[in-house]
Amino acid sequence: MDNLFESGLENLRQKLLVMASRAETAVNQSVEALMQRDYDLALQVKTDDDIIDRFEIEIDEMAILLLTKAPLASNLRLVTVAMKISQNLERIGDEATKIAKRARDLSQEPPIKLQLDLPRMAVLALTMLKEALDAFVNRDSLAARVLIPRDKEVDALNRQMHQALARHMMEYPDTIGRCLHWIVAAKSLERIADHAKNMAEEVVYLCEAQDIRHTARKM
Amino acid sequence: MADIVLPKNFVPAAAPAAEPGKPFIEIQDVSLYYGGAQALKNISLNLGEKVVTAFIGPSGCGKSTLLRCLNRMNDLIDNVRIDGSIKIGGHDIYAEGVDIIELRKRVGMVFQKSNPFPKSIYENVAYGLRLHGVSKKSEMDAIVEESLQNAAIWDEVKDRLHSSALGLSGGQQQRLCIARAIAIKPEVILMDEPASALDPIATSRIEDLILNLKKEFTIVIVTHNMQQAARISDQTAFFYIGELVEFGPTSKIFTNPSQKRTEDYVTGRFG
Amino acid sequence: MSPRQSTTATRHFKSEKFDFSSFFFSGLTGLATLLILAILAVILLNIIINGWSGLSWHFVSTIPKKDFFDIHTTGVLPMIVGTSIRVIVMTVFVIPVGVVTAIYLTEYAPNTSLITRTIRAAVNNLAGVPSIVFGLFGVGFFINFIGKNVDRALHNSGPVWGQPALIWASMTLAVMTLPVVIVATEESLKAIPPGLREASLALGATKLETIWRIVLPQALPGILTGGILAVSRAAGEVAPILFTGVAYYTSSLPTKLTDQFMDLGYHIFVLSTQSPNIDQTRPILYATVLVLLMLTFALNIVAIVIRARVRKKMRALG
Repeated sequence: MDNLFESGLENLRQKLLVMASRAETAVNQSVEALMQRDYDLALQVKTDDDIIDRFEIEIDEMAILLLTKAPLASNLRLVTVAMKISQNLERIGDEATKIAKRARDLSQEPPIKLQLDLPRMAVLALTMLKEALDAFVNRDSLAARVLIPRDKEVDALNRQMHQALARHMMEYPDTIGRCLHWIVAAKSLERIADHAKNMAEEVVYLCEAQDIRHTARKM
Repeated sequence: MADIVLPKNFVPAAAPAAEPGKPFIEIQDVSLYYGGAQALKNISLNLGEKVVTAFIGPSGCGKSTLLRCLNRMNDLIDNVRIDGSIKIGGHDIYAEGVDIIELRKRVGMVFQKSNPFPKSIYENVAYGLRLHGVSKKSEMDAIVEESLQNAAIWDEVKDRLHSSALGLSGGQQQRLCIARAIAIKPEVILMDEPASALDPIATSRIEDLILNLKKEFTIVIVTHNMQQAARISDQTAFFYIGELVEFGPTSKIFTNPSQKRTEDYVTGRFG
Repeated sequence: MSPRQSTTATRHFKSEKFDFSSFFFSGLTGLATLLILAILAVILLNIIINGWSGLSWHFVSTIPKKDFFDIHTTGVLPMIVGTSIRVIVMTVFVIPVGVVTAIYLTEYAPNTSLITRTIRAAVNNLAGVPSIVFGLFGVGFFINFIGKNVDRALHNSGPVWGQPALIWASMTLAVMTLPVVIVATEESLKAIPPGLREASLALGATKLETIWRIVLPQALPGILTGGILAVSRAAGEVAPILFTGVAYYTSSLPTKLTDQFMDLGYHIFVLSTQSPNIDQTRPILYATVLVLLMLTFALNIVAIVIRARVRKKMRALG
């Protein structure tokens, strides 16, 4: 039972990593489609989301099967964390799809004349995502803890862009449609950073058996 | 500049053993020798009152040996030497002049293989009562019924109290042995893998029974089955080659043990 | 079965060759059994055919005069009584001593100690001692040592205890059959699972209480078996009683432990060696043998029935 179980755990880990890389790619591509006004790339991201969804289902099935073997201690935490992470990754995929839809729509209209810091936000969010996944692979609790506060930066950037776009809309009402798309895209990136933060919290639980979700933080 | 959220002591240290209720069984620095071989090495452990404590560990780790020290059943083996002290309810059970009969009345035992006497069901339960002076039939009838009720077997045997105990199924026999043990109203019940020879349904009934019994008795159970320990015990002690490796609340031992050896055993990496 | 009809199973499991060794072995064991039964049958038939004519109610109920050789006046009642009583008295001695010894060896003695090993060796050797040696032991120990000293202590004018007597013959037989009882009892004690003793002790019983309430009752059938074996052996033994209590002739039935007695086995010996006319004596001889066999058989049956009842009671209940 032992070796079978260990290999089951290893399969779960591997599958999670594949799903994670797909989610990363989706975010990357959706942001690129947005900035480069690439209609086809945007559509690509949208269709690829199905694959990410299927991964979530498969991973949950694998996890349930492993749970019937009544794992304990770190094995138990790994299985439950895997289910949580896969859910976060699926949502990240969904957010990437939302960005892609906005990219698709924006690419069909002329660009607005506003300098937006979206690339910086994207880089921050993507870095958080990558580091959370690395922390998971390396079982590095410290690395996970370190990236959590950066979520506030992303929130701050989102607020800035929201305000900038709101001002622009008021000044140039004919850009309202396009500005709203940008607002939604930015919100999606902020959500992606949130999910990365969630995953980091799960990694901390996996490594330390400490649940640091919802603990009081300075706003 | 983002501030890093770090816990107060980042490296998780070995958590001290949590003891719900006051310690009832105090095992201090106990070592046991079979002739020249040392089977228990300096075990110190405090078990709480009216809780279920599980002893887990691979075969030969000493958990059954320690269990049998608690009612001095190890006295029956030639060439055994015990150092250290064991106090139950404040009294050192290995002191000079301790009445072993009285000890075994207060500390009962249920064995791995059920061992009902080849007598009737009634006589099995009444055996201990007769030993300790109960003779009035009405009193005996009442205690026998109460014990069989508390062992969750009364309904199955109430119509055949005077038929042979050997006609019962394995699970029923084990519950009968539990009834027999609790009839003399001990304070502690020791169980040495009580369900290991039983099918899953019988096992689950014994486990439910134990959860009920702990309201009245302090229970120590040796088990090979970690899921069982996780299901029914409040505290768990992990033993390895005669040493106590870790002791703590069951929830901690099975979700986040402090010692690597415990983690390895519990996740099945050995044993 | 034609090759076309055979299935995979029959091809592999049906042996193509006739299994000689199996047949040979079972044939041999069957033959051996038949041989033993045949010998037994021949002996019994011989005895029955020759002895039946001498058997009568008069024969078994008469106390004979000194002349044993007249078939019309002789009887074997005192011999029947003598044999029975000595076997019963032997049982009274051998069962308690044997059982207690067996209990000590099994339950109390530490397995490796010198004393234990010495006792076991002694028991084993006792079993191999020739019966006549027991007879001599009986004279030297029971009669000349114990008996004479009892007489001295009781200030008896003449030898009462210090001479051949029923009690000494029975005790000699007891010593002889002791190993049988000890071994049978030990085997039945060992057959009791240790779990039962543990359960009893864990409930707060002392070792003695455990033995008395749990172990002995369980061992009873085995003890009775030992008794049966002892009785069967002792009923037919002559050598041990030769000097310790049997008499050529007593005018009345034995009533006291100090009495001498007559015995069926010894009588057979007397009839066959002292007879003036062997043809005349033959029916008496065979009849006596038949009576001895029937007595032994009866004693065994009684013991077996008792044991069966005990077993049945144990199986049923509580």
